[in-house]
Amino acid sequence: MRNKFFGVLALLMISSAAHADLDVVVTGIDTAATPIAIVPFAGLGAKEVDMAQVIDADLGRTGQFRTLSRGSMPEQPSDPAGLHQASWRSANTDYVVMGQARRDPATGNVSVRFYLVDTLRGAQLLAYDMPAASPAQLRYVSHQIADLVYEKLTGIKGAFTTKIAYVTANGLGNARRFELVVADADGYAPRAMAVSREPLMSPSWSPDRKQLAYVGYERGRTAIYIHTLASGQVRKLVSEKGINGSPAWSPDGKSMAAVLSFETNPDIYVFNVATGSRRRLTDHYGIDTEPSWSPDGQTLLFTSDRGGQPQIYQLPVEGGTDAKRVTFVGKQNLRASYSPDGKSLVVVNYDDGRYRIALLDLASGSMKIISDGPLDESPSFAPNGMVVIYATQGRQGAELATSSIDGRTRQRMRQPGDVREPAWSPQIR
Amino acid sequence: MLKNSLVALVTVLAMAGCASKGAHNAQDTNPSAAGSSSSAGAGYGSDGQPVQIGDQNAAAQGEGLFDTSSKANIIYFALDSSDLDSAGLAIVDKFAKYLTSNAMTKVRIEGNTDERGTREYNVSLGERRANAVLAALRTKGVSANQLNVVSYGEERPAAQGHDEASWSQNRRAVIVRQ
Repeated sequence: MRNKFFGVLALLMISSAAHADLDVVVTGIDTAATPIAIVPFAGLGAKEVDMAQVIDADLGRTGQFRTLSRGSMPEQPSDPAGLHQASWRSANTDYVVMGQARRDPATGNVSVRFYLVDTLRGAQLLAYDMPAASPAQLRYVSHQIADLVYEKLTGIKGAFTTKIAYVTANGLGNARRFELVVADADGYAPRAMAVSREPLMSPSWSPDRKQLAYVGYERGRTAIYIHTLASGQVRKLVSEKGINGSPAWSPDGKSMAAVLSFETNPDIYVFNVATGSRRRLTDHYGIDTEPSWSPDGQTLLFTSDRGGQPQIYQLPVEGGTDAKRVTFVGKQNLRASYSPDGKSLVVVNYDDGRYRIALLDLASGSMKIISDGPLDESPSFAPNGMVVIYATQGRQGAELATSSIDGRTRQRMRQPGDVREPAWSPQIR
Repeated sequence: MLKNSLVALVTVLAMAGCASKGAHNAQDTNPSAAGSSSSAGAGYGSDGQPVQIGDQNAAAQGEGLFDTSSKANIIYFALDSSDLDSAGLAIVDKFAKYLTSNAMTKVRIEGNTDERGTREYNVSLGERRANAVLAALRTKGVSANQLNVVSYGEERPAAQGHDEASWSQNRRAVIVRQ
């Protein structure tokens, strides 16, 4: 599986000199997954993006598809007229994606047409002309095609055109450098949005994904910044004495939950993003931190050690003193967030000396571990709820990993130095 | 509140401007493109330099009492604990004597944790440790306005390993001259 990605990687190194792309390894594809073949698109030069490769990797990463290697393809049609149903049936392939690219010699732009065919029924499920795009945009167009195919075959909106934000740390002592990076959801095209010699932490996307909130340090003082990505403008939302941490944007984008400690000790506050005004939500002598909103914006989850060990509690967003404990399985549970449908939580679960990522089903109360640990943290749902991204300790430092929500298909994304605190961007609706 | 926010914003932007000669206000060079292209990164600050956050010259400082290399200013903690042991109290004593007789000197107490647990929770734990040192110094008569606290959580490990030998080096509070 690993070798498959090297061709693409080498190609991208040329176009993206500033930052190394994340090297991607996928393991544990489910044998019950839907068999599909992504035929190389006709009309693409050797130096251009291998669009079929990008779509193949997107679909394979979900664990819901088993993609056919090129060597095993009986033929490489570029439209349904050239496809022989029987050949694909003997290759045990239920679906075939194929397409062709045409370059406009005047503008240099590329138009892509693609098809999705059901080889069992001989039916054409999708046929699209994608909007003309520059060669540099062909990865994005490939992700759009993967979204369309994924939604057609699963009924679930794809999340392949989304972004991830994460933090990298390199060097030691005074040479240490932290970067806040935004990359495509598959780890390609990383771009440093902010750099600092002091820690950068806790990126949180605005729901329109135009802004990131994060924590920075400045001469021994912390602050929560709001960074508008397109303009590079940075606004300091708050910088009280003590902790200014854990920013979490509300689903409607108007409020931000965060942690301040200047009044007594770490407690949850809710800010009006536009005015900067705030109100205190919790007031407890224990640590209250890591707030996270329910999808309807009515409830906040947070981590608290008010019961001795850190566990997850919830409160209505109006506040109150009757915080309800929601996790009971495991010695500790930390940093919860809701699934997009609000039916489950992803948490960091500590038991048997290992910090692992776990899903808590809210209706049944059952906890399912989906990572191996021992130092996993910072879980974040893909916007369609089918995959969780988190940080884990690799052999050469911290790296990112994804797991399908059934825990079967894992992906590692690494680059030199530490890579951590992934935050999956919302989908543009 | 509003006024404060604006002042703070200007400070950050001015700092970012000094930090590098490259323009920090990233321009979206391709606003009309169909979709935000991966490699062009339209809508994500296509051509801009990253913004500089924090101090460019976060230099180490101090000597003798503040000498980090001799660990004279480092107080270590047991797992899940913010209690000072006898070695920690001895360091507090030395600093208390120095600070009460040097009332102009201000220090920052930096709380740190090992890497286990989540990052923001560890920021809170680190602050608890730094506050324990602050409380001990206050008990010995050090003025509150000489003392500041910051927690780095697990973000600034002294040792890089993933075992108790490293973790015990990282569960610490460091007193630095401000």
